[in-house]
Amino acid sequence: MEATGAEIVVRCLAEEGVEFVFGYPGGAVLNIYDEIFKQNKFKHVLVRHEQAAVHAADAYARATGRVGVALVTSGPGVTNAVTGIATAYMDSIPIVVVTGQVPTPAIGLDAFQEVDTVGITRPCVKHNFLVKDVKDLAATMKKAFIIAATGRPGPVVVDVPKDVTAHLTEFVYPATVEMRSYNPVVKGHSGQMKRAVQMLLEAKRPMIYAGGGVVLGNASPQLAELTRLLGFPITNTLMGLGGHPATDRQNLGMLGMHGTYEANMAMQHCDVLLAVGARFDDRVIGNPAHFAREQRRIIHIDVDPSSISKRVKVDVPIVGDVQSVLTDMLELLKLAKEKPDAAAQNSWWTQIELWRSKNCLKYNQSGAIIKPQYVVEKLWEVTKGDAYITSDVGQHQMWAAQYYKFDKPRRWINSGGLGTMGVGLPYAMGVQLAFPDAQVACITGESSIQMCIQELSTCKQYRIPVKVVTLNNRYMGMVRQWQEFFYGSRYAESYMESLPDFVKLAEAYGHVGMRIDKPEDVEAALKEAFSPALKERLVFMDFQTDQTENVFPMVEGGKGLSEMILAEEL
Amino acid sequence: MRHIISLLMENEAGALSRVAGLFSARAYNIESLTVAPTEDATLSRMTIVTVGSEDVIEQITKQLNKLVDVIKVMDLTEGSHIERELMLVKVKAVGLGREEMKRTADIFRGRIIDVTDSTYTIELTGAGSKLDAFLQAIDPAFIIETVRTGASGIGRGERSLKI
Ligand SMILES: Cc1cc2nc3c(=O)[nH]c(=O)nc-3n(C[C@H](O)[C@H](O)[C@H](O)COP(=O)(O)OP(=O)(O)OC[C@H]3O[C@@H](n4cnc5c(N)ncnc54)[C@H](O)[C@@H]3O)c2cc1C
Ligand SMILES: Cc1ncc(C[n+]2csc(CCOP(=O)(O)OP(=O)(O)O)c2C)c(N)n1
Ligand SMILES: [Mg+2]
Repeated sequence: MEATGAEIVVRCLAEEGVEFVFGYPGGAVLNIYDEIFKQNKFKHVLVRHEQAAVHAADAYARATGRVGVALVTSGPGVTNAVTGIATAYMDSIPIVVVTGQVPTPAIGLDAFQEVDTVGITRPCVKHNFLVKDVKDLAATMKKAFIIAATGRPGPVVVDVPKDVTAHLTEFVYPATVEMRSYNPVVKGHSGQMKRAVQMLLEAKRPMIYAGGGVVLGNASPQLAELTRLLGFPITNTLMGLGGHPATDRQNLGMLGMHGTYEANMAMQHCDVLLAVGARFDDRVIGNPAHFAREQRRIIHIDVDPSSISKRVKVDVPIVGDVQSVLTDMLELLKLAKEKPDAAAQNSWWTQIELWRSKNCLKYNQSGAIIKPQYVVEKLWEVTKGDAYITSDVGQHQMWAAQYYKFDKPRRWINSGGLGTMGVGLPYAMGVQLAFPDAQVACITGESSIQMCIQELSTCKQYRIPVKVVTLNNRYMGMVRQWQEFFYGSRYAESYMESLPDFVKLAEAYGHVGMRIDKPEDVEAALKEAFSPALKERLVFMDFQTDQTENVFPMVEGGKGLSEMILAEEL
Repeated sequence: MRHIISLLMENEAGALSRVAGLFSARAYNIESLTVAPTEDATLSRMTIVTVGSEDVIEQITKQLNKLVDVIKVMDLTEGSHIERELMLVKVKAVGLGREEMKRTADIFRGRIIDVTDSTYTIELTGAGSKLDAFLQAIDPAFIIETVRTGASGIGRGERSLKI
């Protein structure tokens, strides 16, 4: 039977088993919206700004591992969505964004609400398509879902001109589509894996460095088994948090610019490094020349060859999917006759425990002012460490990463690569819709939250009961911290004046607002927010925190990983 | 070092801009880039001449391979290969210089493909260095216009880029 392009879009989404489409209508997508109106296979969530639609779809993908979907109109709908698309791109998140376009005969004529969507989004998508012929639409949608989800995941944009949504064709949704130019590697090279296992067994000061690829590739069980079997220390990147349980003794915590003393020291001084789904980001290894000063051999598992030897030269590259490669390496490890060198391991762990005993994350909650770290720790206690935590970008993000101990993957939802302020609330929406019964908290700052605050309205409409934990320091704290350290405390435009009364604001949107000024009220407020009485409500908690608290440890830009500033040194 | 990279990609709208965009976004050099469909009209063959350290060239080939439309990438510089470029030069050809210009063109195996009372248009093919040498061999004052295609390359012997 023939179907219109609009029907085809909607039916493809249904065939893909899409649960939610986050979107915002406009002229170019009205045919598609009309078909959405007529169907009940998926739910459309009307956001209040297209940026939030993409963020929510992205968070849905991060939390569930399935492809998130957003739908926006041409022109301004697309430009609003770009921040969301770039955010997903930098963190390798699988989403499909369907964008409306002006009718094909009008393309290139500066038509009303025309932008070159394929051109604008090209540098921040894994791939994009402009569908000029309705006959190509179904296959293109299939390709979009395949490309988004496989290999190194990422966003795919499908740009559909309005006339194409009206044209008719036979609808067949292909089960799969062959692409001769696209064949991501899954299995690792067996020779390389053997070399890697051998190298691991010979290590005197080993270290496992696990990133977002472990979470994206659902390889936590394999990683845990490998780590246990070897007895090696492990660290997670910001994106890898939860990829290995934070409360496991072998886990040294996050590494990098705001990583723990022990993780950074072990990373710097190890002799064999196993990098798993991590990309040696500049926030992670500090100055590459300083990092290269120590002799170490590096094994790197990554599905994307271009992540390997990009910033740091590696000795044993293994291109493949983490889960597959780790499974094979476990196999090899179990067959190996050698065991890791016990004496060497012992002295290495003694050294690590010495580093750890610096207790670099200690802080002092005395006095009458709420310490932000304290709020996060209490949040962890009150939610029994089992919540989904989204965050915005800034100091609060780092405190969330440092003090909420993530024991499971896909619980920590944040923007690492692009560092996009404003993601927190739409991220929380995407997660809560995916898991209606879960505890979902958004840890945010008073500056970040204002970048997508309009979504409080979406939360009201769809009864999304997330808990907003605002660490309100009346500053763009992360900016203020840099200005304090590197710009002679000249706080150029980093204050937040004329802040709204967040309690009243939350109430105006139909939610519950709370303001917490005293340390002794922190726990009670959190307990109340997560109590059964407020289970169905969005609670906006405005914690008035220490204005001048800084994030430690810190590796300054250009410095080496082991050259951290610690809290006690100031 | 100078590298000459060949690639096969889907002959689709926008494919060229993905490659060009990649080079500009990642601040890689492009000395020249040529592209045209192959005998199989669904495929485009591109030749890119670029300059960079070994690390940069490694990243370039990896990033090119990562483009969803790209089917195969080959760094021709890694083996023996042939490289050709076409140049058309329009020169003044008057008085004594007219005969001299013809002689120089002959020496470089150039062909005069258009003639007027006062000009010649000369066609030359060869490696880029040969075209450079020709331009150096004639008096710059005689050059009216030059146009070059940029290099195309192919592997020697059995070495080939096919799907
Ligand atoms: C204010 C701020 C401060 C920050 N400070 C820090 C910090 O102190 N420490 C820190 O770590 N980060 C920090 N970041 C984050 C940092 O910018 C990077 O986003 C992060 O370090 C990248 O994490 P990753 O290396 O795990 O890579 P990701 O971006 O998660 O990339 C994943 C890698 O895994 C690969 N991969 C994906 N799927 C698979 C698969 N199935 N199989 C195999 N490989 C796969 C990908 O190809 C990619 O190479 C900070 C960010 C902000 C905004
Ligand atoms: C969209 C965007 N603009 C600017 C920045 C730069 N930036 C990083 S952190 C930060 C301040 C965040 O302030 P706040 O949300 O109050 O968090 P805090 O650091 O105080 O915890 C800014 C401006 C950014 N990351 N994103
Ligand atoms: Mg702040």
